Amino acid sequence: MRSSLIALAALLSAAAACAEVSVQDAWVRATVPGQKTSGAFMQLTSTTDATLVGARSPAAGVVEIHEMAMGENMTMKMRAVPGIELPAGKAVALKPGGYHIMQLDLKDTVQAGGKLRLTLLVKDRKGELDAIDVELPVKPLNAKLH
Amino acid sequence: MNPLTHPTRRSLLLGGLALLAGCDHQPRASFKGVDLSDATYKGEFRLKDAHGRERTIDDYRGRVVLLHFGFTQCPDACPTALARAAQVRQMMGKDGQLLQVLFVTLDPERDTPQMLRDYTAAFDPSFIALSGDAKTTKQTADNFKVFFRKVPTGSSYTMDHSLLSYAFDPNGLLRVGMRHNMPAEDCAHDLRQLLI
Repeated sequence: MRSSLIALAALLSAAAACAEVSVQDAWVRATVPGQKTSGAFMQLTSTTDATLVGARSPAAGVVEIHEMAMGENMTMKMRAVPGIELPAGKAVALKPGGYHIMQLDLKDTVQAGGKLRLTLLVKDRKGELDAIDVELPVKPLNAKLH
Repeated sequence: MNPLTHPTRRSLLLGGLALLAGCDHQPRASFKGVDLSDATYKGEFRLKDAHGRERTIDDYRGRVVLLHFGFTQCPDACPTALARAAQVRQMMGKDGQLLQVLFVTLDPERDTPQMLRDYTAAFDPSFIALSGDAKTTKQTADNFKVFFRKVPTGSSYTMDHSLLSYAFDPNGLLRVGMRHNMPAEDCAHDLRQLLI
């Protein structure tokens, strides 16, 4: 209880310090035992020009920003990208078929109905780095997207 | 160059175009997906299910089969395709019982039979996962003209792969390719056509 209160306080203070980026409709897909990866999706809006440059999660060994692209002959390519531009005032969607935040080396199964903690690293125009803590609801594998 | 030859060439060209246009308007099968009835490949497979039983298309005669290639560590495309398949099965109502969804792993190295069973069941308990060894997997992909390759990322690897889902009719013949962005309604439409 005490530790969760401290975590909550940390979340609140982080949110207050980095109020210029709002995170909406964030979620992560559940995994099955043995599955070491999962994608997180969300919508980010920054009040000033900024760049999402990375993320980390206590649940995953490695977190990367990925982009899915359709190549020739309906071939799907997934690539790590160095960052995602967040133009001032524009909602940028990280959604299936586009960008996602990829959790690799997951330490445990991600259970539907639970939460996954993620810290987004956002760089502003001055090059200052902000850490934004978010708690993502976990949706079941067969969650309908539309 | 003799300028007189030009009109002849042009009319030949135009004639060719008209012929092509004519082909476009022929009443072909009314699929919303890619008609594969005349494809040069037939989509043969001989793979194992989670219980180690060997499976071929003959095991699913009398049902329409929707087959998707993928891997469980896929964060985006594969769950999207399987979630759509689950939605399609629901949409088909009673006919949904005549639909068998198959998931063929392109990553047998990491996808164990147990993981595959848990994975497909998370979408719909009726879905069946199939796998083979590396050689069989490559051969099966070739039988569908499916492209795949490992791509290193972080400490691990991901896979590039083709994203068409394949529909077989109740006689076990490969008939339709369903694009990744094809709406569930259109997939259900095509699968119903195969049941008529």
